[in-house]
Amino acid sequence: MQSQATYNYKVVRQFTIMTVVWGIVGMLVGVIAAAQLVWPELNVHEFLHFGRLRPLHTNAVIFAFGGCALFATSYYVVQRTCHTKLFAPALAGFTFWGWQLVIVLAAITLPLGYTQAKEYAELEWPIDILIAIVWVSYAIVFFGTIAKRKVTHIYVANWFFGAFILTVALLHIVNSAAIPVSFMGMKSYSAYAGVQDAMVQWWYGHNAVGFFLTAGFLGMMYYFVPKQAERPVYSYRLSVVHFWALIFTYMWAGPHHLHYTALPDWTQSVGMVFSLILLAPSWGGMINGIMTLSGAWHKLRTDPILKFLVTSLSFYGMSTFEGPMMSVKTVNALSHYTDWTVGHVHSGALGWVAMISIGSVYFLLPRLYGKSEMYSTKLINTHFWIATIGIVLYIASLWVAGVMQGLMWRATNSDGTLTYSFVESVKASYPFWTIRLVGGVLFLTGMLIMFYNMVRTIAGEKAYNAPVIAPAVAHA
Amino acid sequence: MEINDLRIIVTVLGFACFLGICAWAYSRHAKAGFDEAALLPLTDDDLPVPNGRLEKEGKTNG
Repeated sequence: MQSQATYNYKVVRQFTIMTVVWGIVGMLVGVIAAAQLVWPELNVHEFLHFGRLRPLHTNAVIFAFGGCALFATSYYVVQRTCHTKLFAPALAGFTFWGWQLVIVLAAITLPLGYTQAKEYAELEWPIDILIAIVWVSYAIVFFGTIAKRKVTHIYVANWFFGAFILTVALLHIVNSAAIPVSFMGMKSYSAYAGVQDAMVQWWYGHNAVGFFLTAGFLGMMYYFVPKQAERPVYSYRLSVVHFWALIFTYMWAGPHHLHYTALPDWTQSVGMVFSLILLAPSWGGMINGIMTLSGAWHKLRTDPILKFLVTSLSFYGMSTFEGPMMSVKTVNALSHYTDWTVGHVHSGALGWVAMISIGSVYFLLPRLYGKSEMYSTKLINTHFWIATIGIVLYIASLWVAGVMQGLMWRATNSDGTLTYSFVESVKASYPFWTIRLVGGVLFLTGMLIMFYNMVRTIAGEKAYNAPVIAPAVAHA
Repeated sequence: MEINDLRIIVTVLGFACFLGICAWAYSRHAKAGFDEAALLPLTDDDLPVPNGRLEKEGKTNG
């Protein structure tokens, strides 16, 4: 009666484990870069200079840590909610090894100084081509699996994962268009020039935030929060409106990265208005996730995985309120180029992206090894508190530092001269950069605890592949 | 027709399309499908059967 077919958990396992490994590597590089700001003597060699480690840090945490988490969860969710095995499993295996190769190449070329100098798109053209090939394969596996689903409905989490995969393909291919001039020298020139180049870059850059760092992780939210809370999503209708509102709005918000530049003023205003509108879908999604717990709030007391998931939504709500505010041109005049921006990014990256990924990985790991829970639930709780304190220290110190820097840079004397030189604002920032470093070290410590918990959970266990089960609800 | 007319048309059509989606999502017609879809993750038991229980079940059956 029941077929003996099993879900393809192998590629999910590979990506899940590498999520934790790359998380530690990427955050360690971040901690080193933060320490270099406090102690500039740590810039020991050109390969390890702050200017080269910073893009390595952002690439490692976004694409290696976040990317692996997205691959793992999307492959798991799409199989379970479609009640079918992955389409083209060999191609899925290729996406794993291809993506790891991209990460290793990034870790080699960025310290060597090969860069396109576009934020979050630093990697040079041969690596860009590899990324495009891996990404198209990812799309084939994901949408192929959706196509052979055994249920009529495509669950909302898959809509978010699907939008993330399609949009990132589009963004990456358009923004990375370049004229290559050397293969071994890894050199190319952008296909765009001047302000068009800047606008294409920030159309890419902000949608990398909107689709890579938001839509994909909302896919996680719509699966793992209901699963862990054991309740259906608060409003499925709202999730449909949430999806389309987010998709229609995000694309236009990029110009807010180019306020008061050579970009035409009307384009800046369009970016600002759409960023403000974005507050509505963002909060709609956050409320939908948090309210899923209504009637089950008591579970938060005992379940640290749920704590991770719900706290991530609180940080998502905070940073998606802060973001539209910072896109207002008058606020941006104070905040832009200061550490306020860096604090805002980390409130989203550590608070939202990392915490929902960590919660999802804690959910997945035992299931991928035929167990019902992690080795130690207590250690998950410890991880949760260390990580939360780390984030609070990190973002609070950079808020203060950022506002202070903005105020110092704009202060003028009665005769119109600047009150402070730039280096005075650097000097005043040291105490806050030290607190930021402590916050980062705490967050990294949490990841090391997670690594230990993961090793103890899977040590001596056999890899497990769950049987494919028929959908529970009858479909006409 | 100027290119700006085309841009205006696309923007207005996009907005109308979104309003249509909202109306559809909150219509009575869509409710049954949504209720069923919302249960998709929950009706799927993904916890592995513990080894002990599996053995016991096997013995009582045999």
